[in-house]
Amino acid sequence: MNKAIRFTLNGKNIEALEGETIWQAADRKNIRIPHLCHLPQPGYRPDGNCRACVVEIEGERTLAASCLRKPAEGMVVRSDSERATRSQSLVMELLLADQPSRESAHERNSRLWKWAETLNTISSRFPTRDHIERDLSHPAMHVALDACIHCNLCVRACREVQVNDVIGMASRGHHAKIVFDFDDPMGASTCVACGECVQACPTGALMESTRVDEHGIDKTPELMEVDSVCPYCGVGCQITYQTHDNEIIAVQGRNGPSNRNRLCVKGRFGFDYVRHPHRLTKPLIRLDQAAKSGNDTVDTANYRSHFREAGWDEALDYAASGLRQIRNEHGSGAMAGFGSAKCSNEEAYVFQKLIRAGFGTNNVDHCTRLCHASSVAALLEGIGSGAVSAPFMAAEESDCIMLIGANPTSNHPVAATFFKQAAKKGATLILMDPRKTQLQRYATHTLQFKPGTDVAMLNAVLHTIVEEELYDKQYVAEHTEGFESLSKHIRGFSPENMQDVCGIDADTLRIVARKYATARASIIFWGMGVSQHVHGTDNARCLIALSLITGQIGRSGTGLHPLRGQNNVQGASDAGLIPMMYPDYQPVFEEHPKARFEDAWGTSLDPDKGLTVVEIMRAIHEGQIRGMYIMGENPAMSDPDAGHARAALASLQHLVVQDIFLTETAFHADVILPASAWPEKNGTVTNTNRQIQMGRAALRLPGEARPDWWITTEIGKRIGMGWDYRSPSDIYQEMTSVMPSLNNISWARIEHESSVTYPCAAPDRPGNDIVFEDGFPTHGGKGKIVPAGIILPDELPDEDFPMILSTGRQLEHWHTGAMTRRASVLDNIEPEAVATLSSQTLQKLDVVPGERIQVSTRRGSIELVARMDEAVPEDMVFVPFCYAEAAANMLTNPALDPIGKIPEFKFCAARVSAA
Amino acid sequence: MQANTIEAMAGRFRNSNGRKARPYTKGRQASQLAKAEIRALIGEFPRRDLLIEYLHLIQDRYGYLSSKNLAALADEMRLAQSEVYEVATFYAHFDVVHEDEQPPPPLTIRVCDSISCQLANAEKLIHDLERASMEGVRILRAPCMGRCATAPVAEVGHNHVDHATVQSLTEVVEGKHVHPTIPDYIDLEKYRASGGYRLWQACRDGKYSHEQILGDLEASRLKGLGGAGFPAGRKWRIVRGYAAPRFMAVNIDEGEPGTFKDRYYLERDPHRFIEGMLIAAWVVGIEKSYVYVRDEYPAIIALLREEISKVQSAGLADHLEVEIRRGAGAYICGEESAMIESIEGKRGLPRNRPPYVAEIGLFGRPTLENNVETLHWVRDIVEKGPSWFSDSGTKGCSGLRSYSVSGRVKNPGVKLVSAGITIRELIDEHCGGMLDGHEFKAYLPGGASGGILPASIDDVPLDFGTLQEYGCFIGSAAIVIFSDQDNMKDVALNLMRFFRDESCGQCTPCRSGTEKAVRLMEKPEWDTELLEDLSTVMTDASICGLGQAAGNPINCVLKYFPEDL
Repeated sequence: MNKAIRFTLNGKNIEALEGETIWQAADRKNIRIPHLCHLPQPGYRPDGNCRACVVEIEGERTLAASCLRKPAEGMVVRSDSERATRSQSLVMELLLADQPSRESAHERNSRLWKWAETLNTISSRFPTRDHIERDLSHPAMHVALDACIHCNLCVRACREVQVNDVIGMASRGHHAKIVFDFDDPMGASTCVACGECVQACPTGALMESTRVDEHGIDKTPELMEVDSVCPYCGVGCQITYQTHDNEIIAVQGRNGPSNRNRLCVKGRFGFDYVRHPHRLTKPLIRLDQAAKSGNDTVDTANYRSHFREAGWDEALDYAASGLRQIRNEHGSGAMAGFGSAKCSNEEAYVFQKLIRAGFGTNNVDHCTRLCHASSVAALLEGIGSGAVSAPFMAAEESDCIMLIGANPTSNHPVAATFFKQAAKKGATLILMDPRKTQLQRYATHTLQFKPGTDVAMLNAVLHTIVEEELYDKQYVAEHTEGFESLSKHIRGFSPENMQDVCGIDADTLRIVARKYATARASIIFWGMGVSQHVHGTDNARCLIALSLITGQIGRSGTGLHPLRGQNNVQGASDAGLIPMMYPDYQPVFEEHPKARFEDAWGTSLDPDKGLTVVEIMRAIHEGQIRGMYIMGENPAMSDPDAGHARAALASLQHLVVQDIFLTETAFHADVILPASAWPEKNGTVTNTNRQIQMGRAALRLPGEARPDWWITTEIGKRIGMGWDYRSPSDIYQEMTSVMPSLNNISWARIEHESSVTYPCAAPDRPGNDIVFEDGFPTHGGKGKIVPAGIILPDELPDEDFPMILSTGRQLEHWHTGAMTRRASVLDNIEPEAVATLSSQTLQKLDVVPGERIQVSTRRGSIELVARMDEAVPEDMVFVPFCYAEAAANMLTNPALDPIGKIPEFKFCAARVSAA
Repeated sequence: MQANTIEAMAGRFRNSNGRKARPYTKGRQASQLAKAEIRALIGEFPRRDLLIEYLHLIQDRYGYLSSKNLAALADEMRLAQSEVYEVATFYAHFDVVHEDEQPPPPLTIRVCDSISCQLANAEKLIHDLERASMEGVRILRAPCMGRCATAPVAEVGHNHVDHATVQSLTEVVEGKHVHPTIPDYIDLEKYRASGGYRLWQACRDGKYSHEQILGDLEASRLKGLGGAGFPAGRKWRIVRGYAAPRFMAVNIDEGEPGTFKDRYYLERDPHRFIEGMLIAAWVVGIEKSYVYVRDEYPAIIALLREEISKVQSAGLADHLEVEIRRGAGAYICGEESAMIESIEGKRGLPRNRPPYVAEIGLFGRPTLENNVETLHWVRDIVEKGPSWFSDSGTKGCSGLRSYSVSGRVKNPGVKLVSAGITIRELIDEHCGGMLDGHEFKAYLPGGASGGILPASIDDVPLDFGTLQEYGCFIGSAAIVIFSDQDNMKDVALNLMRFFRDESCGQCTPCRSGTEKAVRLMEKPEWDTELLEDLSTVMTDASICGLGQAAGNPINCVLKYFPEDL
């Protein structure tokens, strides 16, 4: 219960809410008290060091920092007394003594200068300090400590808000100095360029490099602002584009539910790809003489060797007629489409509708197949829903966080900040991964298990919980089925039996099991380290079983959360961009849903499940599929055994590729349709937390590029769909009529609130962050516990290929690199293909870090730079799949998980040698 | 992939500035070898709060803190490099050496340049030492070493040399006498033989109640002798009122220039304090006590280690875990909340209050922080009765006071006399009068912080609260006497330089104010108005006592010694 505290401020009676500081109470009453080191934003505790906010409190010897001080009943406070204002102004005067003058200020409209004006103190009588050199070592950030006022906001930003732990305040007294690591140049430090410090800095000492000229002076002080959401990962950070003259100058984090103003390097500095010279701005049609071959490459800067420019009508007619012809000649089964989790919900919906209703096939899929298909399969089987049961912010309410097969500091950096904060606040963090990832610094237990032994390890944890009777008997009885068979099944999986299999000692397995089971609230997060295996579904089944038998789901701080990869992989899946489900996961092979959609779409539909991503590639080779429409996907880079995939693409009779760049997939296209980048269009996306968020256009489309939804609609029209969608909101409107998950979430509402979580019970109530509070949307309402046996990775190391290749992502590069390798800052930080290996492995291979190595598997061979990284276990090589010149997927094994149909990207046998 | 394809692909993405991939993950790498060495030094399970102790181990072992070793330490402790670095660079006794820098010479001579030593020609000593340029030796300036009665003072390695001269220091260097000299003190055996620990035993035997001890302490009117003068009994009672677990921090960071009383007592009779600490912990209900000793007192660290361990072996401290912590050269850590930060292994930044450390102190728990001398008197007060202490004062003041006297007097030293004595009485009756040829002109009543008083104000009782109307305070009772040969403008500048050098740098008025003040005070003409403004903002708006007192020298010179300007 909030108790009001009455006190007097500047002669007025004020009521402060319990816990409020003087500054907060004043601010609420529109009484402005100067503040520099205090940033009234989420995550920033007041520090009281600048002393600009000092106030006079009756009866006290000295002035007090109002940002920290809480009022007491009856306290008499003045922020406007002669004594208080004298110190406020003198503090400002002391700080200004050491600042560049207003004319040469790095940021003329900084908070410092605004307060200087308000305090009428814009010059100083005090002697100035010695000159301080700028640090221009970082590609994204301009460091000019001559404007530093030692407010330590950047330290709090880096250490407490983002927990990236790079910035510190070194030395003391007037020698005190903001440092990166050991006073290293920012560009040479451990800085991950989240830019939180830039956003927090009140003086312009830290700025986006794009905002200053060569003298370090603000060159675009007036910026237009557009609120949107980040196009990169599934976290779904809300952003504000700051533009000038149709160009994004900077991006600020906005207070969205999943990011609270925070961003990562991609979301803050990774946007100039939209203006890259490689950007497609005209429809292209393949030249007759340009023969197709899987090995073929096209110079993206000069595509005239393969393509000619065309007008939209010609290109669309050509695209549509080629597809129509295949459908007419070879039937619907000869057609397939890949949509993209990079596009909006509306674009995903209209795309799958085109494939299903227009081409009459369920052969429509997207990259969810490559990331969490197995997780979704296990979740649908176990708890009847493929989405997360709780948002990742639930980590804040959790006592025990289990994170397995995920490397969020690279792949979900802002989600990682929540995990790090929770661990620092005392939550148990159990980290399970064959790589000792950066989160290990914060982890209570780091279980660096042997690659591919997830089931063995997790079964040992389950075994302990059952054997020691740590499970929640009442929950198991009321809400689950299958416990008996599980307890029988895991008898042989004691920690003592499994320790040599998974490489984690029995004691640790037992401790971890006890902590997870007995904590008040435990939550599990996982990533593609779990899903991208031939036993990916089994891995996820184990996690679901853990949560079900302990009742660690459906309550605050508990749950199951597969960290979704793409910004809209949740939304694209929800919208039906998967071969076995209509929108909202309604099975295509069941009569009732089929009839409903046939009715809604006014056409008969394919009664059979469609083919998945990798299956489609195989079907092309087999001659079954002849025509494809690919919107925003890049299977030539993202599919396993990419050589095989490229050959398939090249063999298609008609390939329509719709993208913003001439991707490796587009090399093999018959027609290329120039599409829209995210900052150029409106539409909704759904993040990993089930939050539907509004993206808004900040830039005009370049040249003749068009929004993706428009292009798909035009193709639809040309194959006789009779569509009349005039805006994304038209499409969204239709979606709400066929997707119950969108109940009470209108377009207008998302536009107004920017983010709404589904499911949502009423138009005026927030959506449900936590679901399954009372049972599951399964037949019978119970969670199904499914035991998992041990399946070995498909391809084990042997004499010829003695090492393990694992693939994944890098902080700076998004997926296949199409966007990020054309974003100057990101490309600057990670300019070249690298593989990471431990120092021991490198020594064994006689390779010096930085030398080139050759990585080979049975499917191919690539050459790239070796980077030493102690996170990687011995005898493993980790290769990010974003580098076209050393495409990791030329090497990967296309073996599939039998249920999720996801390839085993995380494990295959490899050979490494000096190049 | 075919070679030409790779080339074509690579060409497509070749960076305009030709950047190459980093051979390592971002930032400085901790080498496996260095990590193994550091692990051998600090153990397998490092504790975050022991960071400063670990830095000492490395500094002592290698003579400096290399980037390599600091990176390894950070890695072993699972700390950010910046967290290690900011602590290592905060404290004056650590030498951080980057990859491209030369390590310091093997031996360091620190020469005190604080006010009492300055009166004894420390400046000339430093100058002469620098000219002597001894092989493998560097000369550093350092703040007060707490030996002001034997100024000038220098420390060779960890060996303090009183009345230092170039010659005496050269001999010490040549003789390699770099370790502290352990004084002859009353050890456990002797202390017990003369009745020591009987009171504590009686407490344990139930002959005293907590309330009795608290009552005696309150009746004695014993005040905190670190300088703040907060009633000791009341403080104990307050901390006792907060929920356990509770901690204790014993302040032996005697750094106020001119103060050396704590060292004086500890070098002679350390068990009197230890017994006081054991009783305090018992009364207040404390689990663990951290004894924070300034690094300038290595002999005391050694003897306390020895004696506390004996007390533990003798079964006298079963109720209390005691950990001795070594400061690292930072005056500010004498400030109680800065000390708490330092014990937690961080930079010594004073905390904003409220909350007070009694409620939220060490590791967020209620904490009793006592100056060592405060605890020193507990036994006598209980054994002799509270009135023995309370009635000892004079001129309306109460208690005994240990004045540390230095400067221009014949017999400087610690003078245990009635609280409330005047400066005249102190000089004439206890210090043998002024030095020959010196005429009493001015004095510091409370070290660098307590302001400067003119000889004309010589009849005020020297006690807590009595000097307020003169713009001064007694603090730790560090009395420095000046004569007609001393210029008060120079004295004020020396004091201000001390504050500038010892400011933690956290808040603007102190960090920037002391630096600006020094620059302004170095000028031949003082800009009086500007200095007054500066003094105002430092006094009114600084977080802690350091900044709040830093304006005192300015104010006092302007008020009492305008002729020296």
